[in-house]
Amino acid sequence: MQTPVNYLARKHWKQTGTIVLIGSIYLLSSWILKFDGVGGIAAIPKAFSWLGVNFKPTANSVHFLPSIWQKLIGTVMLAIASTVVASLIAILVAILGSKVTGGSSLVQTIVRGIASFFRNIPLVAWAMILLFSFKQSDFTGFLALLLMSVGYLIRAFMEIIEDEASETMLALKATGASYFQVIFQAVLPQIMPSLISWILYMIENNVRDATLVGILTGTGIGFVFDIYYKSFRFDAAGMTVLSIIIVVIALEVLSNQIRKVIL
Amino acid sequence: MLEVKHLEKSYQKDKPALTDINFSVEPGTFVAIIGPSGAGKTTILRSLNQLIKDDGGQILLDGGDLRTANKTQLRGYRRQIGMVFQNYNLVERLTVIENVLHGRLGYKSTLAGMFGRYTEAEKQEAMTLLEKVGLEEFALRRCSELSGGQKQRVGIARSLIQHPKVILCDEPIASLDPASSQTVMQLLKDLTTEFNIICIANLHQIGLAKDYADRIIGIRHGKMVFDEDSDMLSEEILETLYDQNVTEELN
Ligand SMILES: Nc1ncnc2c1ncn2[C@@H]1O[C@H](COP(=O)(O)OP(=O)(O)O)[C@@H](O)[C@H]1O
Ligand SMILES: [Mg+2]
Repeated sequence: MQTPVNYLARKHWKQTGTIVLIGSIYLLSSWILKFDGVGGIAAIPKAFSWLGVNFKPTANSVHFLPSIWQKLIGTVMLAIASTVVASLIAILVAILGSKVTGGSSLVQTIVRGIASFFRNIPLVAWAMILLFSFKQSDFTGFLALLLMSVGYLIRAFMEIIEDEASETMLALKATGASYFQVIFQAVLPQIMPSLISWILYMIENNVRDATLVGILTGTGIGFVFDIYYKSFRFDAAGMTVLSIIIVVIALEVLSNQIRKVIL
Repeated sequence: MLEVKHLEKSYQKDKPALTDINFSVEPGTFVAIIGPSGAGKTTILRSLNQLIKDDGGQILLDGGDLRTANKTQLRGYRRQIGMVFQNYNLVERLTVIENVLHGRLGYKSTLAGMFGRYTEAEKQEAMTLLEKVGLEEFALRRCSELSGGQKQRVGIARSLIQHPKVILCDEPIASLDPASSQTVMQLLKDLTTEFNIICIANLHQIGLAKDYADRIIGIRHGKMVFDEDSDMLSEEILETLYDQNVTEELN
């Protein structure tokens, strides 16, 4: 018999068991990898002080600023452009694929499959694959970011539609409204705040990722960083990183403000 | 006139949610459907405008059968049937008047409806209806800023602008406080008479059903247990509907 007392006791044992299990997985894997956790932690202060000394921008690195910022702005634009295009594609596909607005269950399954395919190929892999066809160019980076964002956004948008729009949809359907009227008058207005919130998050994310993709595609701020780094101009590389951090934080603050207004 | 004949529905095989539901309602009548939760009240209401596809029977609105209507015909029937929901089901981000005007979509061309192009007459009527439900000052407020009782009145105005022959209300007051519940019930009762429409409301509260409805239909386990004028029924008889022992006997 399941009594409340033995239910709670069992739950307690399950929690203890889970903690022990996670601990042993950590120990086992660090033993396999010969990874020395304690030694690693001990090395952290030294590593950071090395970084602090070598990557510290100096008065001299200020004259790199114009070219750094020019590239940085280009990279931010690239991230925004790819996210915006990805969002437009994703909203169309999500409407086709969601349980409440979608087509047949076959269409829904296909959409889910496509979204999961694009999402689960790592960004770096996308960039490498696309390099073959589009060479080292901004377009390669744009496309890599686009494909991955589409995968994430389709999934997110479908869940938003299913959670937030099904009740109002039903109400408009009951008035005799047609499918497209229901989509435009109920579904889109209802989900708009969550949609924008996700798009902002994706832009923040893509600005960070765009720098990484730039290293591979030889464009944008990632390329600048790569050059400074490989030519041992660590102070200029440090200046680049600092600029990226400032922009990413500024974007985050800005999008939080936008969220506050729209939600 | 709305006639329901031999309506049947089961969601799973051998577990009927509705068996042989029969009733007909004349315009100007306020009908309450009562019964324990899970009895099949929502299923009846949603079958009436075919949001749920039932399994058999007839649903006749002024003689025409909704169940055999094609897509265009069904749109035509649905715009004559307003629906009011427990959770209001408004587009919270839009203004009150926009939500009321949604009731006109069934009458508009797809494009005009998609982009919300309403005629002056429609806008004027929306304002008149908002006045009727006591919300004319809220026309340009976002629905998310309203109280539950106010939202429900917007929902009622949205159904009225459809020029409905029937209004279906699924637990219209289940999320409201007692005072707002009284307001909404009184409003539904008055509108039923004023516009000479059929109003069918699923209710949990026996007392309110007796106070406001002209007629009460009792449902249990998907079957009609009684269908009487509300002043014919004593509260004791009504309460047997919820009595576990009587339930056993009936089976
Ligand atoms: N979508 C569904 N799938 C399966 N069973 C359902 C579904 N909707 C309702 N039911 C079942 O049908 C019966 C009647 O439900 P419902 O009409 O919602 O009752 P009520 O509105 O009176 O509470 C219940 O037993 C319920 O579990
Ligand atoms: Mg119900």
